[in-house]
Formats: sequence, structure tokens, C-alpha cells
Amino acid sequence: MHELSVCQALLAQVTEIATDRGACTVAQIIVEVGPLSGVEPALLASAFEIVRAGSCAANATLLIETMAVTVSCLSCGAESQTRPNRLLCAACGGYRTRVVAGDELRLRRVELRVPEPRPASTA
Amino acid sequence: MCQTCGCTITPGNAHLTLDQHGRAGPVIEVLQDLLAANDRVALHNREHFNEHGVLAINLMSSPGAGKTALLEATIVALGDRYRIAVIEGDLETDNDAARIRAHGVPALQITTGTACHLDAHLVHRALHDLPLAGLDLLFIENVGNLVCPASFDLGQHRNVVLLCVTEGDDKPAKYPVMFRAADLIVLSKADLLEVLDDFDPARAAAAVRALGRDTPMIRTAARRAPALGPWLDWLEHELTGRRAAAQTLLPQSVATVAA
Repeated sequence: MHELSVCQALLAQVTEIATDRGACTVAQIIVEVGPLSGVEPALLASAFEIVRAGSCAANATLLIETMAVTVSCLSCGAESQTRPNRLLCAACGGYRTRVVAGDELRLRRVELRVPEPRPASTA
Repeated sequence: MCQTCGCTITPGNAHLTLDQHGRAGPVIEVLQDLLAANDRVALHNREHFNEHGVLAINLMSSPGAGKTALLEATIVALGDRYRIAVIEGDLETDNDAARIRAHGVPALQITTGTACHLDAHLVHRALHDLPLAGLDLLFIENVGNLVCPASFDLGQHRNVVLLCVTEGDDKPAKYPVMFRAADLIVLSKADLLEVLDDFDPARAAAAVRALGRDTPMIRTAARRAPALGPWLDWLEHELTGRRAAAQTLLPQSVATVAA
């Protein structure tokens, strides 16, 4: 589906960061993908294998961090972990809740590799 | 342990087998949304709508739920009081835009080819060919799909999701991202309820509440004997509210992120 275009957007952001710092390659990328983000982590990982070819991230590891869906209850104030299609407060059963975690689709961290310094000339 | 077939490579040590040139460099903490580029264009689209005082509504549903028919009936009901335009999104054909134009309303067709959803860039390009001056109401009829369109802000002010009564009243539970994004849920083809025995509007409403949402749910019938009262009331309320609130209207799928 659109995991491929999400990966292209990811690569564009990573490339910009690497270029800004004069890095030649990206070692590792960490993204956060929540169950309510609309993106499937396994498909994102597969799409990344395709999209990274020939780029500065061609040899980068992609780590995908997933987090549980967590809601904050607007009635009783409790925070509870829950399922994507059952966003009710675990404490009071109320449905007036706000999602505080689980809908992320974020680039969290980029680890770069910079060129080895050239050895001094011995001439 | 096997040295030849790679069975010792696990997700934990796979990076050690990759060809890494250079030495360890900076680690940058980013925390940027992956759809930030789309969101920037969506913001630009929304500003464009606001400048012209146009209410923009993103219409989403599965294919065949009756989006285009609802728009046709809406144009018949409101077309002499409000100036309406439509942006249509489909993979192929301009059938839907042609249907709208037959009612004397400007309609622009985006054919996405294989893309399963509209995004802000596609809408931005379409707006180059659709003057907003003098318009009151712009409908963006998204690609028929209950999955992907929900994730892409187009710059609209409101999301309307159609749930056809032939689809099953557990759809909100099956497609939480889409139904959470709705500012209004329309039970379309509601005139068929009298011949169906497996769609319970109360169950659909309960499934929506289980998504932590209080989203209003109304019924429409767009063909034969159109029954559009609650839909037209909602539209007129939004149009009036738009003029009063000016620049502050956001769909809840965007407002909750911005909060």
C-alpha cells in the first residue's frame, strides 16, 4: 500500500540530515510506528529494503519501535493501555478518552558514519 | 552454527554483516513525523481555502458506498443557494467528475493510477486548475478505500466518512483509524434498512464509541426518494460556523495532533 511512499519520505528526511552533516553513509535509523498510525511495521521494513538501494542509507539498519496504544481518560484521569479498536478507559470503562501513545509515525534517531580522515602525506 | 547459509544472522546482529564505510559519526535525535512533507502542503492548502472562505470537506468511504450519489443529491438540494465545486479522486476514469459536471457544478478529476489515496500534493496541483474565488463549499471525494485515505491530511476542514448499511455494522471496529478520523459518519443508502436484517445502527454507534469517539452519525438516502435532512442541516451548520469561526476550523484527525 503506501508504506513505500512513507519509506520514500523517510529516506528524504534521512538524506537531508546526512547531507547537512557531511556524512557519507547512514548506519542506523530508528522510527516509531504506533498501531494507530495506519502503517504496518513489517511492510515498512520490506519497503525500506527496496527504497534504500543506492542511497546514503543503502547499508543502514532500520529499527522500528512499536508502542502500545495508551489512552488518557477525560472522565477519571486514568491512563491505560488498550487495543486499537477498543479505546475505552480500563479504570472506569468510559469512552471519552484521548490517545496519548500509539498513533506515532515518527523518525526518532539517525546514526551517521563520516568519512575516515585521510592519512597525512609522507612525500 | 552455520557459516554458509546465513542462518546465524538475526535482527540483532544483522548490521554487523553490512558493508559500513567510514567511522562512527554523529547520532541525531529527530522526532519528526514521517508525513511532515505532506502535512506542510496540507497546511498550505488549508490556508488557501481559508483565504477564500471556502469550507473544504474530505469525503471517504469504501468503494460503492454512495459518495458521488450523495454529492449529486446535495447539489440538487443546495446548488441554488451555495456555490459548490468538487475534486474527484479515482485510480482510473473521470466518470465521477463527469456526473458532477452534468449538474452544472465545476468538477476536477484526479486519476491516481495506482495510488490508493489522495494526498496534499495531488490536491494542491488540482487547485491550480480550480479557481476558489466565489466558492462556498468544496467537496474532495477521496479514492474509495477505508484504509489509506485516513492517514493523509489534504488541508480539508472536515472529514465525512460514509458507512453504507449494506456493509456491516462492525466496520468501525475493523477500520479504527478511518472511523476515528471522522467528524461525521453518514449511514448511506439508509432506505435499504427496511429490507436488511443484519445492520443495526445502534451497534455501529457502539463500535464508534468504543473508538473513544462521540462522532455524530446520521442517515441519508440519495436516490429515488432522497432523504437528506440531517445531512443538509449539518452542512449548513458547518457553513455558517465557518464564516463565524474564520481561520480556526480543523478536522479532528488534525486538531488532536495539534493540541
